[in-house]
Parts: sequence; C-alpha cells; structure tokens
Amino acid sequence: MSAKIGILAIQGDVAENVSSLVASIADLNQDATVHVVKTPEQISAMDGLVIPGGESTTIGQLSLVNGSQKVIKQKVESGMPVLGICAGMILLANNASDRVVGKTEQPLFDFLDIKLERNSFGRQRESFEANVSMDPIGISNYNGVFIRAPAISSASDDVEVLAKLNEKIVAIKKGNIIGTSFHPELTDDLAVHKYFVNLVKESKN
Amino acid sequence: MLPLSGERTDAKGIISEKSESGDVIRGSSTLKRGFAHMLKNGVVMDVTNVEQAQIAEEAGAVSVMVLDKLPSDVRKAGGVARTASIRIIEEIMDSVTIPVMAKCRIGHVNEALVLQDTDVDMIDESEVLTPADELRHIWKWDLTTPVVNGARSLAEALRRIEEGAAMIRTKGEPGTGNVAEAITHIKKVNDELRTIKSIYDSGDNQDLVRMAREFKVSYDIVEQTAKLGRLPVVNFAAGGIATPADAAYLMSLGCDGIFVGSGIFNANDAAERARAIVLATTFWNETDKVKEAQKMIDERQSMLGLDVKTLELRMQDRGGSA
Repeated sequence: MSAKIGILAIQGDVAENVSSLVASIADLNQDATVHVVKTPEQISAMDGLVIPGGESTTIGQLSLVNGSQKVIKQKVESGMPVLGICAGMILLANNASDRVVGKTEQPLFDFLDIKLERNSFGRQRESFEANVSMDPIGISNYNGVFIRAPAISSASDDVEVLAKLNEKIVAIKKGNIIGTSFHPELTDDLAVHKYFVNLVKESKN
Repeated sequence: MLPLSGERTDAKGIISEKSESGDVIRGSSTLKRGFAHMLKNGVVMDVTNVEQAQIAEEAGAVSVMVLDKLPSDVRKAGGVARTASIRIIEEIMDSVTIPVMAKCRIGHVNEALVLQDTDVDMIDESEVLTPADELRHIWKWDLTTPVVNGARSLAEALRRIEEGAAMIRTKGEPGTGNVAEAITHIKKVNDELRTIKSIYDSGDNQDLVRMAREFKVSYDIVEQTAKLGRLPVVNFAAGGIATPADAAYLMSLGCDGIFVGSGIFNANDAAERARAIVLATTFWNETDKVKEAQKMIDERQSMLGLDVKTLELRMQDRGGSA
C-alpha cells in the first residue's frame, strides 16, 4: 500500500525536505507520496512525519495554537514514524535548556527523556560542517550540517544513541522516533531521508 | 537540498579547522544560506531593547533585528543613522534564545566586522542606515557571518548575491507603514524571474547574456537563476509592513517570510500585533486565520502611515545604482 509522508509546514525549511523525500522515494522506487501538512486533519492522514529545521519556539507555539500538536502526539504515541531535524529534534524532547539563556518554557511534544541543550555549539558564526557516522543504522561518512545546532548531553536507557560528536549526542532513535542535530535536507546525500522512507514503509506493512 | 548557484568555494569567510574528531568547516555557503532557510515562513522583528526582544520571542518571531532607532524614528530624527550600540546587542543576545541580527551601513566593512565579532547571527547591510559608500557594497564573501541585503529588482538582488549575500529581502520603503513599495518590489522580482526563465526555456543564450549585461552581473548567475526559476537564496518581504493582512498578502506573492520594522513597536498594541502578524504569516493561505489575526489588532492603534510620493527621504534608493 502507498505510504503518505508529511512535512510539518508551520515554519522552517519545508521545501528542502520535500525535495529530499521525493528524490529518496524515486531512488528507492518505493510506493510513497510526499505531503506538506499544517492542519490537524492533514496530519492525521499521514503514515510518517518530518518536523523540519526552523525555530523551535515558533513551531512549538503555533502547532499548539492550531491543534496540530495534539494530533502529532497521538499519532507518534500510536507508532507513526517521526523524523525531527534540529528544531524538530528539540520539539521531540521533554525539556530544553539554552546554552546562554538557560531553561526555556517553550511548548514541547515530550516524547524523549533526554537532557537537551539548545545552541549547544554556539551562535551562527560557530555553525559548522563535519563528518558524522550513524553506525547503528548503517550510515557512515555523512556530511553533517550543523546550524546553531542543539545537542543532547544524556538520554534515558530506552533512547538509542546513533551518533556523537565531541562527546555530544547529535543523533538518536527510540523506536519510531528519530532526531538529528544536523540538517540532512541541506545536503545532496539522501541516506537519512531514505532510511526514514523505509522506516515508514515498514511500519505501514 | 540547497541551491548553491554563484557560490565561491575560495571565499575568505570560509574557515577550515582540523581537529582530532575530523575536519570542520565554518562560513560555507551551505551554512550561511542554510541559516536563512531556517527562518523561512517566519517573521523577523525590529527591536531596540531587551523588553521588545522578549515580546518578539514570546510572540513567535524567528529572529530579532537590533537597531538604535526604529526606521520611522530614524526618519523623524534625521542626521546620520549608524549601527546599534554593541552593549544593547549583547544584552539582547543574552536574553533571547532566537537568532539576533543587527544592521550595518551599506559599504561599511568595519561596522560589519565589529558585528561579526560581537557574534550576531546575521548582518543586515541596510538602507535604513546612512550609506557609508554609495558605490560599493561590502564584499560579503570575506565574512563568516551571513549577510542579508535589500533589493528592488532582480538585477539588484543578483548583484548582492554575487557579492556574497546569503539572503535577500525587498527594500520596500522602511518606516512608512505603507506596504505598497514592498509589493511593487516583489512583483518586479517575480516578473523578471519569469522573463529569464522563459528565455532559458527557449534556449536563447544570446538573449540571456543580454539580460546579464542589463543586470550588470555575470552570465553564469543569470543562467543558474533562470534554470532554478527563483532566487538561489531565501527572499523575504520588508519595508512598510504594518498589519497581519499585509504579511499574508506578501506571503501569497511568494515571499519566503517577513521582516517587520516599525510596524509592531511603533503601534500601541505591540504584543498583540506581534502575535497576530506571526499567525497571519504562518496561516497566510487560510482566510479565517488571517481574519482572526486581523481581529487581534485595532486599526486605531496602527502606526500612522506615510504616503511614499511625498517623502523627502527615499531610503530604498540608497545603494540602488551600485
């Protein structure tokens, strides 16, 4: 059966994820379609969801306003695969703290019991590209694009660490939930998006 | 995936570092343009102090732009407008989690270097401030921090991108509360993009080089932009936006996001208006949501608009011929 993969289009780099997913599906020759979703109705029809990069405070507040946050929580808790990128990974956490400002009171989806630090590597001038390896899911030599990126300092036992950089956790997986500090949608390497498409297809079957 | 048309891989702003855990690159086009991509579908708000910056963050702004005076107050005050106090920029950086931008004067390389060293997340080489060099903008490839520039036409936009701009915004007419010029500028850019795309699709390379000469840019960037059918960097609306409906209309014209200058903090209902403009930008294609946003503001509290035809100072003309 065809799988529907949505990209949460509240704020952030939605179009970039659309093109990465479309290219991944074509490369894999999978039966899946890509949808830009914003309303609770649109989200509830999806089999998988990407929460893109952007500003976590903005995406969190506005997804609360239009009721999409509630649907996302229900869907993910009942097994829908979700990929949270940068701001999207922050939203997956149960708490967030900013490197300079300290603990934030922002609305979060509360899926992962992790200790997450926003802007963990510094401000934009410190943003960087570096090689990362996600060995547990068979992706190595991946060019990680880190933009004012968050990082995880510790995670509960049920959270699998996929990648670390300088002792900081930069990619995680907990069952159907994946989070990355870096931006796979800003590179031509489709490995992460392909992995996610396959995950959605498997959970659908 | 990110269009990198016109990128210079030998730029001085790119820093390569070797570390034990592998090589690290900073200031690449992917990182500078990528930063702007994270702002898409969002609202950047002009602020002059910590209190305003916090109101902006709570309202859902994706970033704040620090100025010494709001554009409408720059207009009233006259004289020379320069970059904001570093102390205030630093205070704001310490009190909000969202990115902080600041403006420097057109062509003022050292104001930009100081802002970069202050660690602002993006620099706006802005016509709101008094230009330091009418003939030369900053060569932005030398900076590691990304820079946004204003443009009234495709020619201006491509000239700025060739100089290394990581993001473009319309100039509009700042500090007027009058959205007409921003609308004119984005429509002109869109029209010109359609023109070069149709020339590209027709395969008439001679006509494309004619356009490059008219725009005063290289053939390569015209060809790459024509092929894409859009600017190779994020393009926001700016200049005169005052209401949620203004923001929604500009989003409908294909803008990637919105800058609001005087429109929020020169209105008497700033916090409510800030939230309303964010709401209308996010849900611009849902009329009931834009109406809801429009209901959150009171037109009697809007900043007094100015007729662009009678202005003594047209900020949009600054640096326009270069």
